[in-house]
Amino acid sequence: MAKIQFIDFGGTARTVEAEPGSTVMEAAIKNGVPGIEAECGGACACATCHVYIEPDWQEKVGAPSSMEEDMLDFAYDVRPNSRLSCQITVTQELDGLSVRTPEKQA
Amino acid sequence: MTETIKTDCLIIGAGPVGLFAVFELGLLDIKAHVVDILDKIGGQCAELYPEKPIYDIPGFPTVTGQGLIDNLMKQIEPFGPVFHLNEMVAEVQNLGTPTAPLFRVKTNADTLFEARSIVIAAGGGSFQPKKPPIPEIETYERESVYYAVRKIETFRGRSVLIVGGGDSALDWTLNLVPVAKRVTLMHRRDDFRAAPHSVEQMRALVRDGAMDLRIGQATKLQGQNGRLEHVICRDNDGGEFAVACDAMLPFFGLTMKLGPIADWGLSLHENLIPVDTEKFETSVPGIFAIGDINTYPGKLKLILSGFHEGALAAQKVQRYVYPDRRVTFQYTTSSTSLQKKLGVA
Repeated sequence: MAKIQFIDFGGTARTVEAEPGSTVMEAAIKNGVPGIEAECGGACACATCHVYIEPDWQEKVGAPSSMEEDMLDFAYDVRPNSRLSCQITVTQELDGLSVRTPEKQA
Repeated sequence: MTETIKTDCLIIGAGPVGLFAVFELGLLDIKAHVVDILDKIGGQCAELYPEKPIYDIPGFPTVTGQGLIDNLMKQIEPFGPVFHLNEMVAEVQNLGTPTAPLFRVKTNADTLFEARSIVIAAGGGSFQPKKPPIPEIETYERESVYYAVRKIETFRGRSVLIVGGGDSALDWTLNLVPVAKRVTLMHRRDDFRAAPHSVEQMRALVRDGAMDLRIGQATKLQGQNGRLEHVICRDNDGGEFAVACDAMLPFFGLTMKLGPIADWGLSLHENLIPVDTEKFETSVPGIFAIGDINTYPGKLKLILSGFHEGALAAQKVQRYVYPDRRVTFQYTTSSTSLQKKLGVA
């Protein structure tokens, strides 16, 4: 299992356990983390699981694919560290990952 | 005055579950009209994942969202459902009694129905334009901020800022350049997901000086009394710039909202509609809810569950539409009367 921390817009941090092979979005939904909506259920089709990767983790998590970049166009306040959490696969390497959720998803 | 459309059943939502309800109702001689807010049939399958494979439809090891919708349309063709697209059910009035329900239904396009039953198959709710959470954007929604173009004339002679990089943003940029005083297209990156042909046309217009392209994101709106004057934007290096405009069109895709369903007097639970598991009827007799929008103990948001729910709801709708009919259960494989209805006997 890998630990993933979600920090909401107000600054409250929640840490959940995520199974390697699942996605960061799934870990959030499974644990009822607020701030992630995932309307489309993980099909990279809605941009409502937008997160900001904390600077220390950006390199390990990597950059979005071009399909994800396209979908990020529908998110608001996109920054260089923006990702869609349904497109980040949890690995043991990401144990301790910290992401921030935006003020609003949609 | 518009004529009232009389129907046995009004289905709200043209997604897979609403479409299959047409089939189950049709087998019982119940005619249906279908209303959907999207401009196309298929709901989430067509809007969110037309190309993506679905692996859990019984009998189809794999089928795409659009493929499933195309097949359902073929399957329900014998029953001739009437579709009312681009419309959202706005009001529901109950004129009947619990044993003989009758509903007067009005859409936002003023279409009027008199329906003996309503089946809500609205999935995650109605698709509505995503509003970018820019502070005070609501203040400008009446006169300056638009999420869709209803009439091109609205923009004649105005300075328009269009935000986004998809087909809606590009198509309206191209269509408004000849009408508006000035069109500025703004996108967060110099890369567009819209059709390459539209992107080329836009770039040519920029080269000719007929419009402006800015790379950045809107952060603040400035104006007076709901009339927009400037949009303050941030470029990707953190710099600020202002775009002078009196109209803004943000295109950030669609999101799902429960919408007016919340006002129809149904019991709701966390934006879902509780139903029983025998008839999938809501707290209002004659109004049913099937598919992702309903909730009951053990509910699974699967398309196949929605199909089952539609079949059972149809049985109860039959009781309302044909109260005196003696009900005999029939199979499509063996019943000649069902096969006649399907046009295969």
